[in-house]
Amino acid sequence: MSKLSIFMKGIIKENPVLVFALGICPALAVSSQAVNAVGMGLATTFVLLCTNTVISLLRKVIPDKVRIPCYIVLTAAFVTITQLIVKAYVHPLYLALGIFLPLITVNCIIMARAEIFAKKNRLFDSVIDALGMGLGFTLALLAIASIREIFGNGTWFGIELPVLAEHNISIFMLAPGGFIAFGILVAIANKVSNGRAAKLKESGCARCPAATACGKGGAA
Amino acid sequence: MEFRTLIIIMMSAALVNNFVLIQFLGICPFLGVSKQLKSATGMSIAVIFVMLLATAVTWPITIFLLQPNGIGFLQTIVFVLTIAALVQLVEITLKRFMPALYSVLGVYLPLMATNCAILAVVLLNINNEHSFVESLVNSLGAGLGFLLAMVIFSGIQEHLENADPPACMRGLPIALFSVAILSLAFFGFTGVVENLFG
Repeated sequence: MSKLSIFMKGIIKENPVLVFALGICPALAVSSQAVNAVGMGLATTFVLLCTNTVISLLRKVIPDKVRIPCYIVLTAAFVTITQLIVKAYVHPLYLALGIFLPLITVNCIIMARAEIFAKKNRLFDSVIDALGMGLGFTLALLAIASIREIFGNGTWFGIELPVLAEHNISIFMLAPGGFIAFGILVAIANKVSNGRAAKLKESGCARCPAATACGKGGAA
Repeated sequence: MEFRTLIIIMMSAALVNNFVLIQFLGICPFLGVSKQLKSATGMSIAVIFVMLLATAVTWPITIFLLQPNGIGFLQTIVFVLTIAALVQLVEITLKRFMPALYSVLGVYLPLMATNCAILAVVLLNINNEHSFVESLVNSLGAGLGFLLAMVIFSGIQEHLENADPPACMRGLPIALFSVAILSLAFFGFTGVVENLFG
């Protein structure tokens, strides 16, 4: 696989949020404003980049039996670093993301990329994979947040838009609006890919690449 | 007075700030494991069980170990490791001493280590500076809210199986729209708890 196709597949063909439905919780929770969505996306990309790099470097050192606990510890460590950096330099974002910043630790995208890609690929490929997946995650978040902020609040990145600012559909700023905006985007992704995306995420935990990581291949 | 505060905490966690429908926590298992009522209740009971245990373990660790030593910033790592180890211990113990309970909860336990609802509830308990009893009550409320949402949604899922939406809406999108309506219904609880018990 060429370097470019590794990078691009995370953005479109295997978009973690819209195609695999991974990391939905942060995608919905921080997407009422575009700024927060981008902040969350970049923080997750940074963590993903660090974990993919280290796991790829250590792929011959980590014993297969205890790889999941190793991944969890690594992720938690990098999340703590990210948390401290964000708290020190981008404090408003730290307050806006709140509990969802430490929750990057349990974002399934990170575990999934470690399990699917980083543990069996070379360093450079894993770095590209992390960048592609992180960017795909960020763009998906930005898309959800744009729908919610433009229609719910009449602004985009805090810039007031004409007409829309006077005619808010305020439900988009609330929790139900998050589900609706995400539902619309997944439906569009299904339509564009002619149902290929829908097939990938059929039925329960089996669709989740982290299912093998979870233990017994899921319950559903 | 004390009792009333506890009721308010529990009702807010279960209804007003429902973890799944209002706070977007634990959506993966919510969408994935709610196909049948039986698996939905099994999963929810496992969640309640692990939430209570995790709170009972992480609260003392934070208050007596991390905070006095000024290493509160390590709480993410410590909590994740504690929960992962706890889940393993519970699994082994149940398998050995309570096979009946294990047959109900067993398959769901490994999923708990990476469930964001569990980590969220223990983090929220610390962030909101709840006392030990308040933390336990908050966790119980959050777990019951999860159970309620799961049971309601498993009923909806069974009807969605028979529905015939447009091709691109099948599966996840139609489920998300149903969740949106359910979530809207839960907004009706806003203010109810304060007015009833406040």
